[in-house]
Amino acid sequence: MLKAERLTKRFGGNTAVNAVDFTINQGEITAIIGPNGAGKTTFFHLISGFHRPTSGRLLLEGKDVTKKPPYHMAKIGVARTFQTTKLFAEAAVIDNLMIGHRLRTRSGFWDAVIRTRRYRTEEEKCREKALQVLEFVGASDLANRPVASIPQEAQKRVAIALALSTDPKLVLLDEPAAGINADETNGLADLIKKMKQAGLTVCIIEHKMQMIMNLADRIMVLNQGTKIAEGAPEEISRNESVIEAYLGGAHHAQAR
Amino acid sequence: MKKNPVHNRVSKLAVPVLTLIAAAIPLLTSNTYYLDIFIKVFIWTIAVSGMNIIAGYTGQLSLAHAGFFGIGAYALGLLMTKAEMPFLPSLAIAVVLTGLVGSVVGVISLRLKGHYFAIFSLCVGVIILLIIEKWESLTEGVRGLLGIPIPKIGSLEFATISAQYYLILFFLILTLLVNRRVIHSLVGRTFLSIRNSEELAEALGINVMQSKILAFVYSTVLAGLAGALYAGYIRFLGPDIANVEHTFDMLLYLLVGGISTLWGPLVGTALVTVLMQWLQSWQEYRMIIFGPILVILVMFLPYGIIGAFVRRKMKRQWEQEMQENSIERPGMRDQRLAGGELDA
Amino acid sequence: MEVELFFQQIVNGLVLGSVYSLVALGITLIYGIMQLPNFAHGHLYMLGAYLTLFMMTMYGFHYWPAILVSVAVLVLIGMLLERLVFRPLHNAPHINSMIAAVGVMLFIEALARKMWGSDYHRLDSPYEDAISLFGLTITQQRLIIIIAAIVLMIGLNLFLKRTVIGSTIEAMAQNREGAFLVGINANKVSLLTFGIASGLAAAAASLAAPINLVYPSMGAMVNLKAFVIIVLGGMGSIPGAVLGGYILGLAESISGTYINSEYKDLAAFVILVLILTLKPTGLFAKEAR
Repeated sequence: MLKAERLTKRFGGNTAVNAVDFTINQGEITAIIGPNGAGKTTFFHLISGFHRPTSGRLLLEGKDVTKKPPYHMAKIGVARTFQTTKLFAEAAVIDNLMIGHRLRTRSGFWDAVIRTRRYRTEEEKCREKALQVLEFVGASDLANRPVASIPQEAQKRVAIALALSTDPKLVLLDEPAAGINADETNGLADLIKKMKQAGLTVCIIEHKMQMIMNLADRIMVLNQGTKIAEGAPEEISRNESVIEAYLGGAHHAQAR
Repeated sequence: MKKNPVHNRVSKLAVPVLTLIAAAIPLLTSNTYYLDIFIKVFIWTIAVSGMNIIAGYTGQLSLAHAGFFGIGAYALGLLMTKAEMPFLPSLAIAVVLTGLVGSVVGVISLRLKGHYFAIFSLCVGVIILLIIEKWESLTEGVRGLLGIPIPKIGSLEFATISAQYYLILFFLILTLLVNRRVIHSLVGRTFLSIRNSEELAEALGINVMQSKILAFVYSTVLAGLAGALYAGYIRFLGPDIANVEHTFDMLLYLLVGGISTLWGPLVGTALVTVLMQWLQSWQEYRMIIFGPILVILVMFLPYGIIGAFVRRKMKRQWEQEMQENSIERPGMRDQRLAGGELDA
Repeated sequence: MEVELFFQQIVNGLVLGSVYSLVALGITLIYGIMQLPNFAHGHLYMLGAYLTLFMMTMYGFHYWPAILVSVAVLVLIGMLLERLVFRPLHNAPHINSMIAAVGVMLFIEALARKMWGSDYHRLDSPYEDAISLFGLTITQQRLIIIIAAIVLMIGLNLFLKRTVIGSTIEAMAQNREGAFLVGINANKVSLLTFGIASGLAAAAASLAAPINLVYPSMGAMVNLKAFVIIVLGGMGSIPGAVLGGYILGLAESISGTYINSEYKDLAAFVILVLILTLKPTGLFAKEAR
């Protein structure tokens, strides 16, 4: 579905992502792992339009989208969350999600002023979608709460709901399990499986190995900007260069 | 921003009720001094509501606003005097022209972020002022553009101050109604999302640049409308109306009333104008207190009067909802998340 | 004759540029450290001139001592502003500090009008005479301005590079996060920076005052142009402020003589519009994406 060809990003003298080839297959859960500073989030930025690649190509369903800006990527079906949970802090949860669906509406200024039928239908559609995705992530009771007042774990679920409200084909999750406990991590894993069952393609950056090993269909390992391994979880957990990359770190690649 | 029955009921009644009250005023008093104050409040409210859209809702501080007010005013003035056009067509052209200039400026300037945009817009405002001042062959420069004819629509001549009052009140109501539609719509929500977080808005597929330009052009249209109405009312113009000072005045009105609220512009403009008139004897000190008031407002009451009111209401509402559903407070929940002790 | 006129304009351009640079330096320092476009800076400039005038007329100070007092007072005022107004607003949305700067600006202008009236005042300096230099006649004051400005800029540079406090300021302007990690006290740095910037403005105004008159809105135009300069030169860039200041000064002087003096004020803003249209990140800024 998404194909990265020799994708490279250089900042001045620093090469954050180095000629990475990677394919995300439709309907799969793909994971990107690697030690801190490996360039995982930069890679996400590259495939979602937030960074322009220094060189290389990006193809979505066969079409070249290398230089497209973020809003274009969202429109063609790439949604994402951010490492530090990004939500519209000054609004209620449902308001956040209604904006999420805006890109699928065509109403403009005049539609809003005159309240054309198209406008009214689309506003309803946004509201319905918002409630729908809220239910999907299991946070329906949070609809009218101000975002700033809900706990961290719930915020993460809302962030995922926000990505879902854009009606995406591919969802990129950047460390969705950071800072939540074991129960919540399991809940999150269930949610991601549910997303896969619903027909979505998911790509996730994570550090929690146990979760990744049980969840992912395929894994790519990055170290210092370069891809050092790719394959099914069992292969990765036995891969020598992967184990070496993590040596000395807080993680070990053995699934438990 | 959330749909809430009480809020909507009040809002729906507010406009008709206020319109009735406002319409009744010239019938109750023929004191030209008071009517003049009202008219000026109406005119500036239209302009301030424009500033509200771009700065309040979309979060881009445009300091060129008085410049666009000037363009609208001079456009109407020149069309009616030198081109001898009647009022309505002149008004329409003035407004459209201001919007056109606004779109050109917007496309160039909105590529700049944050502070850059504010500074750039400040310079644009100054450029407009300088052009009006120096292009004497067109605008009469500092001599002033005099003798703008009395506005006439068909055979209806707006010769008396009461007539002007109703004319301008009409446009104010129109502006408020359109603004309400815009603000409480997906378009308004889009603007707010940009103010909240441009990056997130982009990630959600919103063409941020396009929305910013829309907000900006709309704000200049309102500034131009206000300017044109001003020209038709005062009937003589000097370059000073495009002075940056007026932009700061409008900023003050907006802040006092409540940034990014529907009624903020009206409340703020009315309050400050009336207050300033009351304190006429303090005219000398007027400007000395303006400044500190701005500072204090921005430090302690950044959401203005209406804003503070709205936030308090929302907070109370939410607390009520929590009690009704006996949801645990987030503080407690957080403790559990962190694995701390909890007696609950 | 032609050549003489040209060099005359060059000198004028350098004089203008000196004043602009000093003001722009202050603004760029404040922006670099506090991420605040100080819209009130032109009014601090104006206050500096008034204080110098005040010291000379009211208390009979001589020129240079009066300037010293004015600079000292402005340094204090600058620090007061940072402490009372801008530091509390540091974590609020940017728009709030900008509005506060506007508020301060309005206050200072109104105060000046109240205390000294709206009339134009002359500030007499002991350097009224003209001297002949390389066949050109220029007033001593103009020469003083250029020399004093260069001295101040060299002094500032030495301060920033050679003293501990100075390098702290520079470190923080370059890398805020890193500075915090190393334990630099941001509050103290902001305080000092605001003070220094205000002092520079006072010096610039006092130097320029004998040539232009002293009046309440004397800072407004200078301020605007200083902003143009730092936007073009890179907000927070010290070399950009200096270079930009002189370029603008020369551009204005030359265009004023050879193109059209009526529109010379426009020059600055037209340049800004042109450059920002072509390069929205300014001339010296780094790439964002």
